[in-house]
Amino acid sequence: MNGADTTWVLVATALVLLMTPALAFFYGGLVRSKNALNTMMMSVASLGVVGVAWALLGYSLAFAPGPPLIGGLAHTFLRGVGLDPSPAAATIPHLLFMAFQGTFAIITAALISGAIVERKRFSAYLLFITLWSLLVYAPVAHWVWGGGFLGKLGALDFAGGTVVHINAGAAAFVAAMMLGPRKDFARQATLPHHVPFVLLGAGLLWFGWFGFNGGSALAASGAATLAFVNTFLAPMATLVVWTILDLSRSGRATAVGAATGIVVGLVAITPAAGFVSPISALGLGALAAFPSYFAILYRARTRLDDSLDVVAAHGLGGTVGALLTGVFAEKAWNGTADGLLFGNVRQFLVQLLAVLVTIVFSAAATWLLLRLVNLVIPIKVGPRDEGLGLDVTQHGEEAYGSGEGAILILPGASRSAVDPAVSPEPVAEGGRA
Amino acid sequence: MKIVVAIVRPEKLNDVLGSLFDAEVRGLSISRVQGHGGEMDRVETYRGTTVKMELSEKVRLEIGVSDHFVEPTVKAILASARTGEVGDGKVFVIPVEKVFRIRTGEEDQAAVTPVAVTAA
Repeated sequence: MNGADTTWVLVATALVLLMTPALAFFYGGLVRSKNALNTMMMSVASLGVVGVAWALLGYSLAFAPGPPLIGGLAHTFLRGVGLDPSPAAATIPHLLFMAFQGTFAIITAALISGAIVERKRFSAYLLFITLWSLLVYAPVAHWVWGGGFLGKLGALDFAGGTVVHINAGAAAFVAAMMLGPRKDFARQATLPHHVPFVLLGAGLLWFGWFGFNGGSALAASGAATLAFVNTFLAPMATLVVWTILDLSRSGRATAVGAATGIVVGLVAITPAAGFVSPISALGLGALAAFPSYFAILYRARTRLDDSLDVVAAHGLGGTVGALLTGVFAEKAWNGTADGLLFGNVRQFLVQLLAVLVTIVFSAAATWLLLRLVNLVIPIKVGPRDEGLGLDVTQHGEEAYGSGEGAILILPGASRSAVDPAVSPEPVAEGGRA
Repeated sequence: MKIVVAIVRPEKLNDVLGSLFDAEVRGLSISRVQGHGGEMDRVETYRGTTVKMELSEKVRLEIGVSDHFVEPTVKAILASARTGEVGDGKVFVIPVEKVFRIRTGEEDQAAVTPVAVTAA
């Protein structure tokens, strides 16, 4: 056990937890105002249901010793997860390792929501992400980090390029396909209602990401410093390239583009953070801008209503990052493995395998889960509710209500008893039908 | 009495208000409106979506005046709201049947004649 390591991972856990509310702002600003709360709640709710599921079962399925494909049940209900050194990192407490990893499960489930905003029934969403975190996230985390087969093959994933971003991106693609487009998709312009929220979210995500990548060293060490500084540099390069692409395409550097570029850079450096040199991180960040930028342009012309471009930003950004990890990895910096650029072709192929396995499993399992959830609760709201907006229909709240015209319903007292002139049917008229 | 309704560019509102103040026109209300007056459509881009914004932000002023105040009011607006580009707006002068001042119940001419407020 080491005090410095424990301190850093404690702080990093709090930083990563902040990324989920940050994502709520990032996604919330990108939707129309009538769906702002619903979209933000899809991230916030993950802090609840996925966090609890992680403590009760998910952590065990990901990190308890077990068969190669999934962890065992030894740590269900946090049995055996105490203040003794963690099996995964001997210098920090086991309990802290559980909490740190829990924050990853929470944000991964929340990431999917960007593909299905403005039309998903909230109760069905809650059921879906709870099951998804147990049956899709936990196994993939086990394969890569929990002693499963991808980790044993030598797949490099420093902080979750495959486990978090490719996993969420593949699930997002399937979820968007299965739910179908919003009724207004490709018929009306569905524009971001609050771009400053998007920038706020992107800024807070970057801040939290220092914990995500830097904390994944599980120690206050040189590796943590490398991951931290690479997380600092890569998105800067992506932001520069994204801005240049914006300027050369439309003559204007957009704010939504800047926020998107930052997130793509963060996604791409995630698997590589502790494995590549800082100069490679700049190159990786710059390269990662191109596929995601053009995928976002292309996606808008298709029938795929991946509303907030989770596939292009996280799926594709994560894939590019995971593959480039196999190109730029440098033993001189990470002490573990070289990549393609340093003569190790096998590393690149292992990365490719890990990407493909994650995509196939995540897509298939997500498809099955959504079919099951749809049997219990219809996953999509009706066109009328979509038109009114999900804030009012799913949550009974408005993000930007003026309060005008709101008549207080007093419990037990009929309004007409106070003033018969007000309305003949006060209770029925009081709420928003 | 007449009511002068003017639709002007929001960025010219302060000029218009200043000019009306100089012309001693008091008593008006404004509202934010959106409209289309034949100006060039504004193009905006959000990720892969490019949209043409058909409606432009405008400010609508409503000024109730007595007949002899119509001309100075209209002149003040025309002089201050003009840029020469398409989209400068319109001024409508509309006859008014009846006016009441809520505070005193005064009618018509008296109701649209400003009262000098003296400090207590």
